[in-house]
Amino acid sequence: MTIRNLLLAATALALGGPAWAQSAPTITPQPVVPTAPAPAPAVDDDGGLSGTVSDEAAWQDLGIAITAFATDQDLPTQTNAGTTASLGRALSDVISGDLRNNGLFKPSGPSGLPQPAYPQVQSPDYPVWSARSAEMLVQGYVRQNTDGTLTIGCYLYDVQLKQQLVKGGWQVGPADWRRAAHKCSDMVYSRLSGESPFFDSKIAYIAETGPKNRRMKRLAIMDSDGANHRYLTSGQATALTPRYSPDYKQILYLSYLNGNPRIYVYDLSTNQQRLITANSYPTFAPRWSPDGKWILYSMAIAGNTDIYKISSAGGGTPVKLTDSPGLDVGGSFSPDGSKIVFESDRSGSQQVYVMNADGSDQKRISFFGGRAATPEWSPRGDQIAFTHIAGNLRVGVMSPGGGSMRHLTDSWQDEAPTWAPNGRIIQFFRTEKNSGKTSIWQVDLTGRNERRLQTPADASDPAWGPIQP
Amino acid sequence: MIGRTKTGAAVCLLAGSLAMAACASKAPKQLPPEPTGVATQTDDGANRIIPGSQADFVQQMAGQDTIYFDTDKYNIDSVDAAALQTQAQWLMKYPAKRATVEGHADERGTRDYNLALGERRANSAKNYLVSLGVDASRVTTVSYGKERPIALGSDEESWAKNRRAVTVTID
Repeated sequence: MTIRNLLLAATALALGGPAWAQSAPTITPQPVVPTAPAPAPAVDDDGGLSGTVSDEAAWQDLGIAITAFATDQDLPTQTNAGTTASLGRALSDVISGDLRNNGLFKPSGPSGLPQPAYPQVQSPDYPVWSARSAEMLVQGYVRQNTDGTLTIGCYLYDVQLKQQLVKGGWQVGPADWRRAAHKCSDMVYSRLSGESPFFDSKIAYIAETGPKNRRMKRLAIMDSDGANHRYLTSGQATALTPRYSPDYKQILYLSYLNGNPRIYVYDLSTNQQRLITANSYPTFAPRWSPDGKWILYSMAIAGNTDIYKISSAGGGTPVKLTDSPGLDVGGSFSPDGSKIVFESDRSGSQQVYVMNADGSDQKRISFFGGRAATPEWSPRGDQIAFTHIAGNLRVGVMSPGGGSMRHLTDSWQDEAPTWAPNGRIIQFFRTEKNSGKTSIWQVDLTGRNERRLQTPADASDPAWGPIQP
Repeated sequence: MIGRTKTGAAVCLLAGSLAMAACASKAPKQLPPEPTGVATQTDDGANRIIPGSQADFVQQMAGQDTIYFDTDKYNIDSVDAAALQTQAQWLMKYPAKRATVEGHADERGTRDYNLALGERRANSAKNYLVSLGVDASRVTTVSYGKERPIALGSDEESWAKNRRAVTVTID
């Protein structure tokens, strides 16, 4: 699962003699000019997202051409995308999907576009792209190394300026080829938008099937674009509210295993799990601290729920953070770990409060009417996303002081927002009236670009993990 | 703010054919019996009910194994108190029996809060049973939040039926 970032290599991506490819048999690439477009690999079937953008009018409508990545030699690979030529096409398909689905861009290609030959990757045929009214051009290459790993390069060009804007290169194992595509998407997105990257990240969520009163709920994970989908639990015990650890090695979630709702830590490398508390009280609403050292959770004793934290290493003594007769639930650390935003009904209804990470100085911040629940601190620190309950349930954002409240969604029941790693997009889940069917959606901070994520089954409780290194 | 449904026995009858099917497939021990004709509906069936069993408890309670709550509330009103007294009498009669109180919330709340609310409701019912003389060690609680609705509609009537605490004895 490692990805080697070659961006910093001194002679990065010089096709004539890349520093990282010294072990490769061919230092000098042998350009292979494809005589025909490579056939589309079967990557369309492995879960990539599709979706519609409800309103693009306000977004810059950059024309980005994304070409099939070239290869020096069309070799069989250990990937699920076929030969290196097929893989080149698949890489650009993933990049095109990433950039299209976030609502920012309307990329074209790789279908219907000329396919640059290997030597053209670093010297684009600008007049061709100019004639096609492309403003931006993404080109790249894929090479297979002797050990089966892949070296993937990605270039962004400004067609009008006839200038390379940014480039990147990554060496990945065969199973991680999509990550290189996401890294390329992130590089292009960051260069053009000025925002931090978010595509190379994963989502944990709950997959739901069955009738409303007997829902089977399974812990599941997928990449940010819906690919590499995997179920982690069988569904025999109801699973709820997962959270990826900041290093993606573990998942906190609630399970009714053995009959009672308790929080478990699921280890992704061993597929083993353990309880986070030694007592038998019900525990729920698990969260990680940003550094992964603490687990925040809610625990009910004799009907009263309070918020606690405990060392994620296990075996530590829980620290009780709240002590009100009301229900104190959930919680989310500020990015610097110094504060916690949580919900409490101590005032008579669910409202959002902020406290220091040691539990001191608890202050209510939501005063705009209705109930306010499931607060989540933005990774940028500037906003808190939450569920506003006033008739319907809607996702909203407010400042950490409780001001500037805005609704981002307007449906019958939208709840449980989770932030993209860059704090620019929010995922949440939507429940249909009567049927109880659930689905994961995402919306940007304007509230205008809203789309549904395609999942194999109904889906709820999304938890977006951080950007991968 | 919402009219409370105290006719627990009617829950499955009113909720439509879908709910009927769903109720039938759920563990029958959680179902209140029909309010009338219990003794005459099937003599064979009645003969099979063992005194002191969960089936006996359900039959004796005649719907009073479940109490209902207002939105976000967990207080025991007079109707709840009467039901819990009936439950307590049965539990005192069979002192070896243990019971679980299941707390539930309607779908119009967030998941984590509803888990806490269900726990609070279940404890409310448990505490009342204990105040009537039932040994606290005999009664456990579990919250299902909004995960196990008994009425399947998205309307006030269904939500009122789902805001509940159900006592289930352990055979």
